[in-house]
Amino acid sequence: MRRAGQLLLALVLLVSAGAPWLAPNPPDKTFPDLLYAPPTRVHLPEADAPGLHFHSLRLVSRLERRFEEDRNQPVRLQWFTNGRLVSTDQAAGGPESPPLLLLGADPYGRDIFARLLYGARTSLALAVVATLAAVLLGAIIGSAAGYLGGTADDLISRTSDFVLVLPATYVVLALRSVMPLVLPAETMFLLLSAIFAFVGWPIVARGVRGIVASERERDYVAAGRAIGAGPWRLIVRHLLPAAGGHLRTQATLLLPAFILAEATLSYVGLGFPDTIPTWGTMLQEASSAALIGESPWMLAPAGAIFLVVLAVNLLVQGAGRAPVQLEP
Amino acid sequence: MPLFVARRLLLAILFIFAVSSAALLLTRLAPGDITQQLGPFAHPDEVARERARFDLDRSIPAQWGLWAWRAARFDFGQSYLYNRPVRGLVRRAAANTAVLAVTAIALATLVGIPLGILTGTRRGALTALVRGASLICLSLPPLLTSLLLVFVAARTGWLPPGGMTSVDAVGVSWSAWVLDVARHLPLPALALAMPLAATFERLQSQAVSEAVREPFVLAAAARGVPPRQLVVRHAWRASLRSICAVYGLAIGALLSGSFIVEYIAAWPGLGRLMYEALRARDIYLVAGCAAMGGCFMAFGSVVADLLLAAADPRLRERSFQ
Repeated sequence: MRRAGQLLLALVLLVSAGAPWLAPNPPDKTFPDLLYAPPTRVHLPEADAPGLHFHSLRLVSRLERRFEEDRNQPVRLQWFTNGRLVSTDQAAGGPESPPLLLLGADPYGRDIFARLLYGARTSLALAVVATLAAVLLGAIIGSAAGYLGGTADDLISRTSDFVLVLPATYVVLALRSVMPLVLPAETMFLLLSAIFAFVGWPIVARGVRGIVASERERDYVAAGRAIGAGPWRLIVRHLLPAAGGHLRTQATLLLPAFILAEATLSYVGLGFPDTIPTWGTMLQEASSAALIGESPWMLAPAGAIFLVVLAVNLLVQGAGRAPVQLEP
Repeated sequence: MPLFVARRLLLAILFIFAVSSAALLLTRLAPGDITQQLGPFAHPDEVARERARFDLDRSIPAQWGLWAWRAARFDFGQSYLYNRPVRGLVRRAAANTAVLAVTAIALATLVGIPLGILTGTRRGALTALVRGASLICLSLPPLLTSLLLVFVAARTGWLPPGGMTSVDAVGVSWSAWVLDVARHLPLPALALAMPLAATFERLQSQAVSEAVREPFVLAAAARGVPPRQLVVRHAWRASLRSICAVYGLAIGALLSGSFIVEYIAAWPGLGRLMYEALRARDIYLVAGCAAMGGCFMAFGSVVADLLLAAADPRLRERSFQ
């Protein structure tokens, strides 16, 4: 179970890293005649059509979003050309061949598969940065509380308890919505990671505080102090390593929670601008029941989120720990 | 006992006050205010009038004091968006959310707890199946379950994909209204209940499998208690303590999850109202929603304590004195 989780997580990371090579089309390229196009059906080699091929889609009715396969001209897949793993022939000068849309097209006629891969980069990068920030903040504040004790400990513990008790979604929602609605992508990235870190640190800090508070009574700390180690050295070199397991577990649990938080915020229109592909902004385009019913491939990012959460659940359950708290 | 109740009540009121004050201050400190809703061409006099109507022309401490003084007499101010008193709006939205949350928690309990006892005490194909299903549900947070269910509803037409009542259900009889709501309820309730049921199943499974190994269960088995009774009367009762502790947390998780479910399934609950209020900077509505959310949280923790005390006599002795 644990191994399966690791593999799945590694796969998602690899795929997002290799997005430019793996995606058959650029993520921002629009195909005006293929709005809401369904996923391309790839056919095996046949007598009159060598190699893996597909039939290009012809728009029948723009209003009804109806397409028809053009069976006369099979389009052959090109492997390892134009710096992509697989694509269709895009020879300069000639007429452009129809695109390979593995997961269909979105309302602007963009390749959902390509956007999913590129979106993974933003979504995962945000989640990783926010997780690191939350763990770092939690480790510093938690170990300060555990090491100092007394009033500082009381103050920090009360604050973190208060943040912990509140439903995280609403804290994130409130903090995000009091900021300006439209922000440049870089600012949004920083703002969201700051908000997520703010919501995430108390979970980390509480555990670290407990571990540091009990460890500092141990003999090795007294020994360290006896040879003249200062508080900084004691905490970083001796006490924090004791909390390493806790920090790793919390990081694993926070990662999917933050991916989900980004998706939720972007879904309700408080996340990234919709020119930036992320799993959340992609889901936002699937925001009506009729659309979801007719073009379910627009829910592809939901599948990606499911895979990441599943991977983490496999990892954590395989290690025999408590299940993921489903609160972003 | 009375002292215990009084202390809990006082703490709850303090908590609710802190949460709603924080919401009020946050909204007030945010860039922009209600008058943005008037548009860029609003007359300065009109803007000034609206600002005065919502006490935005006063200093922050003055507005906070005024609001707190009125809130103490259960006057939570006016909503700009709905042009109605906040109290009625929040009460209705909270009732809708409560219906949703109670249904979800009941569903999750009825499904999750028995399955957890099963997987915690038996081995075999059924247990493996339930575990697999629970792992999948655990990996489907409410955002995903509600999208999935909306897809199913839109494709099959079994359930209405959104809303709390049908569009044409205006002025219908009371019983027809209840039936209509009951038809709209399963989708959001299931969306919330699926991951929650999986959480309950996992926790119950762990707790029961630990309890079965306790010496008192062995002793009961030695006395000749039949296996079924052994599990239900002895092991399960002992495992209840850790489950009860989770119920208090579940209320918070439900509130968190219910926001996106209410948003996707167009359920007119507290989460949606809070979202609308936050976006419009409808300051008193934000504070009112936060206060109601605080009430839910406080209620949840009291319920968890009572359940714990009911499940564990040792705790009852200690905390109720």
